[in-house]
Amino acid sequence: MSSVPSDLRYVKSHEWLKPSGDGTALIGITDYAQNSLGDITYVQLPKVGATLAAGQTFGVVESVKAASDIYAPVAGTVIEINPALDSAPETVNQVPYAGGWMLKLKLADPASPATLLDAAAYAKLIG
Amino acid sequence: MSDLKRTPLRDFHAAHGARLVDFAGWEMPVQYRSILEENKAVRRTAGLFDVGHMGEVDVKGPGAARFLDHLVTNDVSKLFPGRVIYSPMCYPNGGVVDDLLVYMRAPEDYFLCINAGNIAKDVAWLREQAKGFAVTVTDRSDDYALIAVQGPKAAAIVQTLTGAKLDAIRYYHFAEGTVAGVHCIISRTGYTGEDGFELYHAKGDALALAEAVMKAGAPHGLELVGLGARDSLRLEAGYPLYGHEIAADISPLTAGIGWTVKLDKADFIGRAALLAEKTNGAPQQVVFFKTGDRRIVRADTPVLGADGTVVGRVLSGTLSPILNEAIGSALVATSSAGKPLAVDIRGTLIQFQLVKPPFVTLKKSS
Repeated sequence: MSSVPSDLRYVKSHEWLKPSGDGTALIGITDYAQNSLGDITYVQLPKVGATLAAGQTFGVVESVKAASDIYAPVAGTVIEINPALDSAPETVNQVPYAGGWMLKLKLADPASPATLLDAAAYAKLIG
Repeated sequence: MSDLKRTPLRDFHAAHGARLVDFAGWEMPVQYRSILEENKAVRRTAGLFDVGHMGEVDVKGPGAARFLDHLVTNDVSKLFPGRVIYSPMCYPNGGVVDDLLVYMRAPEDYFLCINAGNIAKDVAWLREQAKGFAVTVTDRSDDYALIAVQGPKAAAIVQTLTGAKLDAIRYYHFAEGTVAGVHCIISRTGYTGEDGFELYHAKGDALALAEAVMKAGAPHGLELVGLGARDSLRLEAGYPLYGHEIAADISPLTAGIGWTVKLDKADFIGRAALLAEKTNGAPQQVVFFKTGDRRIVRADTPVLGADGTVVGRVLSGTLSPILNEAIGSALVATSSAGKPLAVDIRGTLIQFQLVKPPFVTLKKSS
């Protein structure tokens, strides 16, 4: 069973978003996504300062099996990327909701996370 | 996956947490825990592989030796009972029908191990070519199961289960005996570049044998290993995979395994074409590369020459868990093989560093 923490928001493309309460949020991929991908070997992320539209591709997660696009759950500006993933992309497999975070986004609309799936809805989606 | 064929260990894999996939029409474990960790386990301790999907063929009769020497490119006349040889078998144009292991069990009694995806094609080819030779060709693929125990601890593990003296079975030799009470062809061969054994046995014995090996291997750190790690292990060792480095349109010479083509022996299928290729040079050749980057260079990616034109394509590519960088093989124009080669991965130009395999130091016995 995949882990779906109750304090996060989710999108159908299997990214999670964690609002920090100050108009920023952390973004990563879900436990379900990392498990489906298998061993993650490379994470390609945008540069700090990049602006993303909701649903825009912001990077690529590569596993031994395949390379998959990753999507911005909401619009915003990249203010930080996780530097650890460059040398240790397997962190995404190990702790997808903690050390495996990918981006810190300054939200274009601080209310936008509320429009995303909650944990119950995402858990139902992945069945 | 109900249409897929299953080895006798299918439920054993599922019970051990395997991720099962369609491989050449077989429902096979691609990984259990982690492809990368399974690869490392084989390099450091030992791994147990189910390769029961591979095909087996008996070739028997007074004409068996002459037939096999006509069929394959390597020199079967060098075999003696207990000796194994690796060889391609080719079409008349030098392309490869399949690559296989030839076991000599006794005079007039040979045993072949062939690739799972090629069983029907190979058996038809063998029967066609056998016309005029005093041989019988029997497909035994439905009778045999096959496991591989590979890694530096493999011999110690298997030795606890058999009275056969494994020290006396050298690399590319075999003996028949019992392992955990199961009659086996105990073959000191493998597809990982490590020391180890491939154990051919009756399908009905497969579960008992696998469980015995698991139990004996546990104190040595033996792990179950899926086809994902099998691929990265063989690529690290520089071994060709049918349909990738060798194929109907890639000859053994182009593939860089000219040591398996004995042009000096009596005539064999494909000899004229291979002799011409050797004499005139091949327009393309297989090269192995690493990149110094973790981005995997996947099969069919175009290979670019120094001026940016396409000079070839990638045949195999993965991340080497040992080197922690992308490795692979590519088929490139011979004229470009000594010059800079690169691939474009999502807009980034990644340069090849050509490598003469193996990519890793191998510890197989000799």
